[in-house]
Amino acid sequence: MTDAPLIRFEKVSKIYGKGEAEVRALDGVDLTINDGEFVAIMGPSGSGKSTAMNILGCLDTPTSGRYFFRGIDVGTLDRSQRALLRRHYIGFVFQGFNLLKRTTARENLELPLIYRRETVGQRRKAALKALDLVGLSDRANHTSSELSGGQQQRVAIARALVTEPAVIFADEPTGNLDSSRSHEIMKLLDDLNQTRKITIVLVTHEDDIAAYAKRQIRFRDGKIASDTVTRGSVPA
Amino acid sequence: MIWITLQLAFRELRANILRSLLTTLGIIVGVAAVVTVVTLGQGLTLKVTSDIASLGRNLLFVLPFTPQRAGPATPQTPFKVEDAQAIMREIQGVLAVAPSTIKQSQAVYGSNNWFVPVNGTTNPYFIVRDWPMAQGRLFSESEERGGRPVCILGETPRRELFGHQNPLGASIRLGQTTTCEVIGVLAPKGQSTFGQDQDDIILMPIVAVQRRMTGNDDVQQIWLSAVSAERVKPVQEALASLMRERRRIRAGEQDNFLIRDLQSVSALVGSTTALLTAGLSAVAAISLLVGGIGIMNIMLVSVTERTREIGIRLAIGALERDVLLQFLIEAILLSCVGGMIGAMLGLAGSAAIAYAIDVPFVLSVWVVIVAFVFSAAVGIIFGFFPARRAASLDPIEALRYE
Repeated sequence: MTDAPLIRFEKVSKIYGKGEAEVRALDGVDLTINDGEFVAIMGPSGSGKSTAMNILGCLDTPTSGRYFFRGIDVGTLDRSQRALLRRHYIGFVFQGFNLLKRTTARENLELPLIYRRETVGQRRKAALKALDLVGLSDRANHTSSELSGGQQQRVAIARALVTEPAVIFADEPTGNLDSSRSHEIMKLLDDLNQTRKITIVLVTHEDDIAAYAKRQIRFRDGKIASDTVTRGSVPA
Repeated sequence: MIWITLQLAFRELRANILRSLLTTLGIIVGVAAVVTVVTLGQGLTLKVTSDIASLGRNLLFVLPFTPQRAGPATPQTPFKVEDAQAIMREIQGVLAVAPSTIKQSQAVYGSNNWFVPVNGTTNPYFIVRDWPMAQGRLFSESEERGGRPVCILGETPRRELFGHQNPLGASIRLGQTTTCEVIGVLAPKGQSTFGQDQDDIILMPIVAVQRRMTGNDDVQQIWLSAVSAERVKPVQEALASLMRERRRIRAGEQDNFLIRDLQSVSALVGSTTALLTAGLSAVAAISLLVGGIGIMNIMLVSVTERTREIGIRLAIGALERDVLLQFLIEAILLSCVGGMIGAMLGLAGSAAIAYAIDVPFVLSVWVVIVAFVFSAAVGIIFGFFPARRAASLDPIEALRYE
């Protein structure tokens, strides 16, 4: 299982609708992502990048083709098995932060650990450690409405980190932030990738955001239009 | 996990305290109604049975009765004093027998007067009715035999005629013709279950009432008590055959008398009250059902409102059953808290009502437990559908939901 690449798409297609109204959101995509990579998925809206992201995150399954996550064929798993896969290997960061309302930062971080049936002590320790990583130790007991957008997104990143996942999927993580906050968030993700070797897959349509990644994959009309490896360092 | 879910649910409900209270209002009202009805019903049953017991121990009485038949109504055949004597003489296990003839009469003392039933009887009446004297004495043998005009007052005519004066030795007038000397006063017995004032009575020797007031030697009813509760049944059977014999009823003919024992009356009244309680509880339970529907309604709204939250939970690793459990526990918590508040309100309410209508307040734990279990069940039943809807949401759709 460890020899297998983290992520492998084999001719993955996703088709919505039937007959005349048929839409091929993904059209026979082949793709491999290895451990430790920092990948940006780009493309105009309707290019299939969100669909790819949903399938990558095990939230959705391909219509045809196969998706192997660490060698496991995700298409053969049922809803609960995919939830368990997410619980143990995958962290999510969303454009809209998606923290629970009326809930403190620490409690938001403990939520995925609760579902992993961890003890109160383990949860507290892991939550505080993850908050420290994103530089928000002093905001542990603030509810999300008491935090700025950038802070909320950092809490969300901490929530994705707290389970020590194999990969973090970030869907337009800077979409709701101004440019300086966006760069703070990207520096944080870059740092996590470099120092902690966490695989990060990022969806964005902004070139300067994508430039943080070491590899840029461009989608067009449900197919990969280009796949380039860059230096992947912070732009000047 | 359950504990955490419980805490989460509790916080969710507390954050929307007003909505939570309104949601559970139906349960509160339903449980309060059930608890009140059952508690009052039990109090009433207790009061009825203890009131009936206060009429006398192991009590039986015989009344004349006309069986239903075609043709013109025949008059009832009254008893005679000899019937009472025969019962005492011939039936085993009888403690005391008292004949009784009642005549309504105007009692006058000085400027006070009071309309009161005058009950002609004999000394065993005090034993049968288990009725002690407050002051004075019983009838003497010569007074009973000779039908002397002496009387023993119940508490009510004593109060109405004499107030604070000493009644002993005083003479009161009964109706137009009779004057009698007060020789005793009965201890107060209070109201009977049926709202009748048992103390509103004057007792005289039966011969005196027959001679001076009714003008015949009829006996309207005979009271008797058995020596023990076990003897009530055999005494009743012996009494029936003795009466058939004395009243010359042929085999196959219906009795022209009725024997009543107070145990069976008490049981009848008890079961009637229980039936009434059950009926009213059923009506009250319907409001519990309506309360459950109210909870389902709000939980469904809550699921829609929290679609995004559910999406987040599913994305970060919650299983369907984690979400199901969460919403189910919220519903159960709502209905259980409602049940608790309802039970407390019901107990407080029934205590107040019991005090107001002079019925004993019976605190029964099982009523509270049953009400509580019932409301929890309502929570499970009506919480399940919204919870399942929440759990089966598609995480992608749910995360996109605004």
